[in-house]
Amino acid sequence: MTAYLLRRLLSLSLSLVAASLVIFLVMEVVPGDPASFMMGINADPQAVAALRTQLGLDEPLPVRYLGWVAGLLQGDFGISYTYRVPVSELIAERVMISLPLTLYALALSTLIAFPAGILAASRRNSAADLSVMGATQLGVAIPNFWFAMILVLVFAINLRWFSAGGFPGWDAGFFQAIKALTLPAIALALPQASILARVMRSSLIDTLNEDFMRTARAKGLSRGQALRRHALRNALIPVLTIIGLQFSFLLAGGIIIENVFYLPGLGRLAFQAITQRDLIVVRSVVILLVFAVIVVTFLVDLAYAAADPRLRRRRT
Amino acid sequence: MTKTPIAAAAVSLLALGLALGVTPATAAKMDATIGMQLEPPNLDPTGGAAAAIDEVVYANVFEGLTRFGADGAILPALAKSWEISDDGLTYTFMLNEGVKFHDGTDFDAEDVKFSLDRARADESTNAQKALFADIASVDVVDPATVKVTLSKPNGSFLFNMAWGDAVIVAPESADGNAAKPVGTGPFSLTEWVKGDRVELGRYDGYWGNPVKLDKVTFKFISDPTAAFAAMMAGDIDAYPTFPAPENLVQFESDPRFEVIIGSSEGETILAMNNKQAPLDNIKIRQAVVHAIDRQAIIDGAMFGYGTPIGTHFAPHNPAYVDLTAQSAYDPEKSKALLAEAGVSDLTLSLKLPPPSYARRGGEIIAAQLREVGIETDITNVEWAQWLDDVFKAKNFDLTIVSHTEPMDIGIYGREDYYFQYGDADFKAIMADLDKATDPAKRTELMQAAQKKIADDYVNGYLFQLARTGVANAKLKGIWPNSPTQANDMTGVYWED
Repeated sequence: MTAYLLRRLLSLSLSLVAASLVIFLVMEVVPGDPASFMMGINADPQAVAALRTQLGLDEPLPVRYLGWVAGLLQGDFGISYTYRVPVSELIAERVMISLPLTLYALALSTLIAFPAGILAASRRNSAADLSVMGATQLGVAIPNFWFAMILVLVFAINLRWFSAGGFPGWDAGFFQAIKALTLPAIALALPQASILARVMRSSLIDTLNEDFMRTARAKGLSRGQALRRHALRNALIPVLTIIGLQFSFLLAGGIIIENVFYLPGLGRLAFQAITQRDLIVVRSVVILLVFAVIVVTFLVDLAYAAADPRLRRRRT
Repeated sequence: MTKTPIAAAAVSLLALGLALGVTPATAAKMDATIGMQLEPPNLDPTGGAAAAIDEVVYANVFEGLTRFGADGAILPALAKSWEISDDGLTYTFMLNEGVKFHDGTDFDAEDVKFSLDRARADESTNAQKALFADIASVDVVDPATVKVTLSKPNGSFLFNMAWGDAVIVAPESADGNAAKPVGTGPFSLTEWVKGDRVELGRYDGYWGNPVKLDKVTFKFISDPTAAFAAMMAGDIDAYPTFPAPENLVQFESDPRFEVIIGSSEGETILAMNNKQAPLDNIKIRQAVVHAIDRQAIIDGAMFGYGTPIGTHFAPHNPAYVDLTAQSAYDPEKSKALLAEAGVSDLTLSLKLPPPSYARRGGEIIAAQLREVGIETDITNVEWAQWLDDVFKAKNFDLTIVSHTEPMDIGIYGREDYYFQYGDADFKAIMADLDKATDPAKRTELMQAAQKKIADDYVNGYLFQLARTGVANAKLKGIWPNSPTQANDMTGVYWED
């Protein structure tokens, strides 16, 4: 198990180095200069040049890359070109929204998907199964931003139960903050729950047809007991994979929903930084997301091992 | 189980929504939430050109020697009065006394000297450094008097000092203004939740007339649909520049809202590359201009909001000359000019930055040009790309931009400016204008400048961008026009 962990950690670090190089170079190729963006079209060319020097944009490429990586290793992400505050501060503020939103959406998605998937699989072809399949088909088909707008229309504009968007900050109290994240989390969770429920259902149906299930029933277990004790655990592997993918997707991909609800999350930070050519922020956010995805993949691998002891043995 | 789990989940989520409750209606309001499309990158108006910076801090947080009034007039601000020497070279400003910065330090003539010297220094990163170019020296006479000496007379010096880029900052706090602005204005920064909002609170040590609001929150919502929803849901009290003109009709029919239409300083132009073939030929530029039906663009792209212009000057300025007839829509004339110039099969590149006036307007212009036989090759670009490719590299034939700085006709005198005009006669007019202090003479010269660029068909002058806003019908005192980029909240109040 230790050797396995070490090997995983090594490949994790190599992926990060490769990613940092790619991110840095791509940002260099993109046309656009942060200094001229900040100074606008009426600016004095001399003042633009002074700003470039001040931001350190005059230094050669390798120096800037090494400076950035050296900073990252010490936990120093640099100073944002446009906001003029440490990037780590900006990211920390945004993570406090994006991470809870992701977890909230994931929790909702799992809470909806598990019962729905299990119900559909255990009563295959019943009315319940057909309604779950129908509803999830719709859930997959509806784009989440459209669903988000419908939620705003109904719950914010007509019923006035929620704000149309924005985030009061965690200082405003836990419930105020959670309330502000509720509509976005529902909008994010619905399509994910639909996918997850369908995966849960088909994985469970596959498992129910396995020989060991017949054996379990033959031993005298009821349908429900066999399902809970044997089938569920075996059906979980593909479901875990999907949950891992969904976490990464939600963390990095909430940008459209963040725009609809004007939540100051990571996705919007990256988006805004790209348009303003605040390259240092873009690089840092992207490398952080890469890091998060790698870590989540790693954790999902570990979770497989927990769910299926055979995987543990095979790898050590 | 009678319901499907999804239905059950939906019901429980609804119950959650109910449990979390409704925000209670507020009593007598002393605060206002103002919507803006873009968040300022930082809050230092002396170190960046982003309009959003001034839209938060101008007159609210920072003040200059002079300031713009709602109608564009130049009013006293930190300088209560001034004397101009007969040769127009020396300006003596008498400063208001008892003024304090938000950090409690005193404002005096030293701060004025510091601010002006900082803005014109070699290493200055002031985006409008040209405003200070004619200053030869700044001398402190006594704590309440400062004398500015110019190297040559500059008739627009008091106007220049009213810009957001010319506000007075303190040496103790100037370097930190980007994140923590310290000014002399009636509001000071209380909180900035980046990506979401800037909160300003009333500054009790303010020297001037007290403001009526306790708190102003600027909230940043870039998506037009979200902006509409926020307004309808009552999350935002006013949107002085609403991002989607198409929604204004809906607000107009709703008694809760008041639609505010004013003019801005934004001359929206179809800029042409004057030094690159084929547009270096005045006949072809004139042909392009006559092919354009301004009203169709205003109706189609701006939903009818905007005033046609025939030169690079704001129609609400008293010195404006209406030259639209000279470049009237006349496709036949346009075709004749093209024939005269001996060109056929003309294809021009048209690069469009993100604002809807450019993207929507560009499509309409392309169709209009096709009518006279000019094809266009449209490329949509982001602002950063536009700055690189069009503005700096001058790699374009046509582009559409709104020039939003007040009184910016002077850009036509810059030879390396992106549309590359810089005509010698025009520069001579501008040099005379700089020297002139007599109002009648200045008006005459400004009109000569307007006529000169219209006669040379430098660019296609489309329309003056309207400022289209919406506000809660009970919120009063919002500027209808924007003589500079600002959301002056000092006179805003709630009507009972």
